[in-house]
Amino acid sequence: MFYRECGNFKDNYASDMAIFPIPLDRWGFIVMLFAAFVVVPLFASEYLIINIIIPFYCFALSAFGLNVLAGYAGQISIGHAAFMAIGAYSSFILYGRYGLPLIPSILLAGLITAVVGTFFGLPSLRIKGFYLAISTLASQFIIEWVIVHVHWISGGVFGTIEAPKMFIFGLALDTPVKKYYLVLCMLILLMTFGKNLVRGQLGRNWMAIRDVDYAAEIIGVNLYRDKLVAFAVSTFYAGVAGSLITFCYVGAANIEEFNVMTSFALLGMIIIGGLGTVLGSFFGAGFFVMLPIFINQGLGSFMEVVPADILSNIEAIVFGGLIVFFLIVEPYGMARLWHTIKDKLRLWPFPY
Amino acid sequence: MAFFFEVLVTGLMVGIMYSLVALGFALIFKASEVFNMAQGAMSLFAALALYGFLEQYLHLPLWLALLCTVATMIIWAYAIVFIVLKRLVNRPPLMLFMATFGIAYLMEGIGQSIYGTQAKGLNLGIPDNLYEVAGIYISSFDLFFALVAALLVGGLVWFFQKTRNGRALRAVSDDHEAALSVGIPLLKAWTLTWIIAGVVATVAGVAWGTRLGVQFSLTYIALKSLPVLIIGGIDSIPGVIIAGLIVGAGENLGEASSAHIWAGAFRPFSPISWRLLFSTLNHTAFSAKRS
Repeated sequence: MFYRECGNFKDNYASDMAIFPIPLDRWGFIVMLFAAFVVVPLFASEYLIINIIIPFYCFALSAFGLNVLAGYAGQISIGHAAFMAIGAYSSFILYGRYGLPLIPSILLAGLITAVVGTFFGLPSLRIKGFYLAISTLASQFIIEWVIVHVHWISGGVFGTIEAPKMFIFGLALDTPVKKYYLVLCMLILLMTFGKNLVRGQLGRNWMAIRDVDYAAEIIGVNLYRDKLVAFAVSTFYAGVAGSLITFCYVGAANIEEFNVMTSFALLGMIIIGGLGTVLGSFFGAGFFVMLPIFINQGLGSFMEVVPADILSNIEAIVFGGLIVFFLIVEPYGMARLWHTIKDKLRLWPFPY
Repeated sequence: MAFFFEVLVTGLMVGIMYSLVALGFALIFKASEVFNMAQGAMSLFAALALYGFLEQYLHLPLWLALLCTVATMIIWAYAIVFIVLKRLVNRPPLMLFMATFGIAYLMEGIGQSIYGTQAKGLNLGIPDNLYEVAGIYISSFDLFFALVAALLVGGLVWFFQKTRNGRALRAVSDDHEAALSVGIPLLKAWTLTWIIAGVVATVAGVAWGTRLGVQFSLTYIALKSLPVLIIGGIDSIPGVIIAGLIVGAGENLGEASSAHIWAGAFRPFSPISWRLLFSTLNHTAFSAKRS
């Protein structure tokens, strides 16, 4: 009743292959875009934008990157945060030291990350499953070590560089709203690209590799090339997300921000959100970013200020509990729940 | 030369502690084909629980505190098997892998909620003296835990080779369906495996906890022992032990030989680089079964 698919006739290929074939979805998407572009900057407070919405977008981008690798191509990576760190540091170096314009330096940082990521994806040609997961964990440690110990990159033992002031075409990005627009535009651009990538030939190849790799090879998927492309695309997203997080959220490239716990959190995000869906990356990232706030709200009635350690402990319990819960009850995550809701709304409130 | 041997012996003793942690992984992987990301969290929880029984809450004598800690880990084993794993039978192994990852979060959160997040010193009253044996200095502390680890490993090998339950676990690890068809209850076998892994985690957690202090970074010990696991072969217990010794010795020697260049940074880096080296050469260097 509320989610109507009727009256939806496709008379050409273009409409058959549209991302949102159902008018209701299309309108919903336009409303979301309107909300993101107009409503949020107008009505959200600066605190909300800088501490919740910007990290949400960045983590969604990064989670989508991991989702390409783990959800679509089936190659689990536990070192994704390290690739975000590469993106962060290389964009800072390109922009701050070599004076490249902001957007090219962010994109170039993504490309640098993709090159490094492809290199660390090489073991995937010989090993798979847990062995690959541990090999990506190795990449996490190696990259962290290199960033901290090569002074040319980090500029010191602590591995932190301060953010330079940001300008695009002479326009200073000094307020949260301007930074928000930068992140939002990058997000929409890259997500559109990514969505089309995963529903095209390449995405189907990845899914074939994920499901049965030798069967994929038999039907003519170039296993080696496509696995490496998956690593490249995935780490490109991680790199861009990392540089956006440091430019617009943290304000300084700090290696602590991208340690192995962040990698684990990213993996948790895509499990909770939904493996192998674009929507799931948003759900997972949103959930992860909002969780501390929910807990704060929940505990706020019991105590004045929630201590940081209790907060992080409860966060870990809820996060872990939900990972287990979703794996048991709904292994495809929140994205599948959303589909179930849509299926129910098709008939509701009528019995049939 | 004496310096070389000293470094080597210390490395071997650290190595046996690595193999202890890696053993926990190997046991669970053998029995249930689950790669247990929660192994580090289990060690942390065991160390925290021991601290709680010993000093923070109950002030029990050491032997009773150790027993209570093991009992706690047994409760965890039952909870994990009957609440989580039982419902995930027949799911792809990757799902189980991620479930253990959720369990790790849960254990860390619950453990630190009960016992607090600050680092705690765990003192078991083991003397920490240096003894000189044939020109080599050996710490009694390292020696004690190396002996405990060696005893535990020996006991486990005996258990798996000679006892009825151990044989049942090996049967389960070879083939679930065949084991079921000859009447081995799968859930019981899994529970037993997780209990054993819990005990191993307790020893590892206590050993590392007394050495480094009981704190969150104990979970990273498990990550550091992953290379051991891979070099040794994920499903081979003797392989893991040998690999632990190799990695421990190699790490210490590498650190000692390059100390002036890298300023001690080699230590966390080395096992991982070993691992990457081996992963590209071969899946599992010593393992008979190549998966």
